[in-house]
Amino acid sequence: MNIAVVVRQVPDLVEPLEIDASGAALDVDEVEFLINETDDHALEQALLLKESGGGSITVVAIDFGQVDDVLYTAAAKGADRIVKIPYDDDDRPPRPAEAAAMIAEAVKDIDAELVLVGSSAHDELEGVLAPLLALKLELPYLGVIRGVKPGEGGSVTAFKEFPGAAMAQMNVKLPAVLGILAADQPPRYVPVSRIRAAMKSTEFEEKETAAAVPEPNVTVLRMHHPEPSGRAEMLTGSEDEVAARLAEILKEKGVVQ
Amino acid sequence: MTTLQTDPGMEFLAQRVDGDPAFGCIQCGTCAASCPLGAAMEYPPRQLILQARSGNLDKILSSPSLWMCVGCHTCSSRCPRGIELADDLWPALRDRAMQEGIQPPAELQETFQNIFKYGNSLGESARKRLDWAKELDVPLRDLSKEPTAVEVLWLVCDYPSYYPRNQVVTRDFARILTALGVRWGVLGNKEKAVGDCDRLFGEEGLFEMLVENNKKLFDKHQFEKIVTLDTHSYRALEHFYPRYGAEYPVEHYTTFLADRLDLLKPLLTKPVKATVTYHDNCCIGRRAGIFDQPRMLLEAIPGVKLVEMARNRENALCCGGGGGGMWLDGHIVEHGGQRLSDQRVRQAAEVGAEVLAVSCPLELSRFEDSTKVAGLENKLLVRDIIELLAESMDLGEKEK
Ligand code: SF4
Ligand code: SF4
Repeated sequence: MNIAVVVRQVPDLVEPLEIDASGAALDVDEVEFLINETDDHALEQALLLKESGGGSITVVAIDFGQVDDVLYTAAAKGADRIVKIPYDDDDRPPRPAEAAAMIAEAVKDIDAELVLVGSSAHDELEGVLAPLLALKLELPYLGVIRGVKPGEGGSVTAFKEFPGAAMAQMNVKLPAVLGILAADQPPRYVPVSRIRAAMKSTEFEEKETAAAVPEPNVTVLRMHHPEPSGRAEMLTGSEDEVAARLAEILKEKGVVQ
Repeated sequence: MTTLQTDPGMEFLAQRVDGDPAFGCIQCGTCAASCPLGAAMEYPPRQLILQARSGNLDKILSSPSLWMCVGCHTCSSRCPRGIELADDLWPALRDRAMQEGIQPPAELQETFQNIFKYGNSLGESARKRLDWAKELDVPLRDLSKEPTAVEVLWLVCDYPSYYPRNQVVTRDFARILTALGVRWGVLGNKEKAVGDCDRLFGEEGLFEMLVENNKKLFDKHQFEKIVTLDTHSYRALEHFYPRYGAEYPVEHYTTFLADRLDLLKPLLTKPVKATVTYHDNCCIGRRAGIFDQPRMLLEAIPGVKLVEMARNRENALCCGGGGGGMWLDGHIVEHGGQRLSDQRVRQAAEVGAEVLAVSCPLELSRFEDSTKVAGLENKLLVRDIIELLAESMDLGEKEK
């Protein structure tokens, strides 16, 4: 099976996030990036499918943030081809619609039967990238998938979780785009010696795209850190004072008599 | 012998183990009997060699016991054939396992990833490297900002930089160095993990990467020697860095301060009245033979009554934090092993100690947790030798 996996960069929350001078965006210079967690699961799922049924994996990414580290790691884990899409704005990560347009062009060339993308990202919780990509590729889409098994005659079996812990098992005719929430097993660890070897031996294929990028119809007016709402009362003082105040509050609220 | 050497398992062991080849093993079992976790291991050290000889390398590599060695070095130090089990055999086997796609326990994977991505085992931001110094009341030279020649390049290392309990000790050490008139500097946000005494528990590629990056970094600076509080970093720099052509004079703080006892003694004015026992950690103890200096420092403190645990010096029981053990407690307990630190604090209490003195940054939190498990909280305090010195010098932080 020929599988394409889309990976994207998201801000690493280990670093304190800063707002830039415009007041409407993250200060990208102050941000470290890492692989989007569900994309990492999409890659793992692809590796598992390849291990069970053979085939080839092409990883596609837009050249932003520290994407090279992620791509070398993917190569070390067993990705066969790496396609990198040039992107020149260092200060602004691509918007989902923009990313979908660019990635769709690159994916078309790959002739993939199955396209796996993380079903959401922590800077894009709505998870629109995967369905937008399916739309561009004119392929069926199924999201929030927790595991994929090879199926009969040009299909896969996908497992989708619904609220209330109901699990649906679906037969998906290929080609299709799947939004992955979790792979059948956690993303594997690959020893650093392998990553270093991949750094020496892996050639990235560059894929320039001339995708028409839709103008955004939503503009960010202001980005800011959460402001204290004044609803919390911080208890200070000695242990006894704090305990006394706590007891008072519990009484006031009628929790204790 | 030739047949043994052609066996793939044995060939691997023979290639990978420095010094005496592993097939020099006489199967005496001293190693397995000495191992504090041997009883819980499917393949204790003697068995590793036996199984490899029998061509069963796969069995060893996929067994959970591969991830139960805490690198205490007891087996190596007692082996009559001088086989380097802890420093070479176990890491080589773990490396081989990972190369074959066998997954290390999840907690350890996360630690490796933290070191790879952030340059520290705690997964903290590099920008917070100097957070420990926010409340510091002596001047700090950040060599990454103002490069200048120093006597001591102090590698602060991960736990002392980031872990709140350790940061107290780190500040105390800064005060002590300053009080001794040492010209010291740190690498600030440029500092990265050194690695560990056993080549990062088998993650050799990661260790190699750290050595290369650190060598580039150290070579940019002028210093007479490196001093560190981290026993694991000390051992890595002293023993393994030279294998990669990175040789630097390095000292653990215990020997550095013991060498300056003449200067230190007059400053130790305030009595610290306590019965103290010292835990010999495996990195500077069994591995490097530094047994006397920590005790010299403790004995120099007025008021300290030093008592010895039954297992001391080369026979000391490991705290269980080495060899990646710091991140393997869950795995070890799940597979029938015990947290060695829980046993060790009981041994300290048995000899009437009120203070368990340590000199390795991993031990403060390990032993403090264990005093709670063992019901010794408030009865046995865990303190770094540095804290006791600083208290006697009246430099210590007034903890509640
Ligand atoms: S102590 Fe040394 S010689 Fe004895 S069984 Fe262990 S490795 Fe072999
Ligand atoms: S180093 Fe310690 S824990 Fe590891 S095998 Fe040897 S004795 Fe056991």
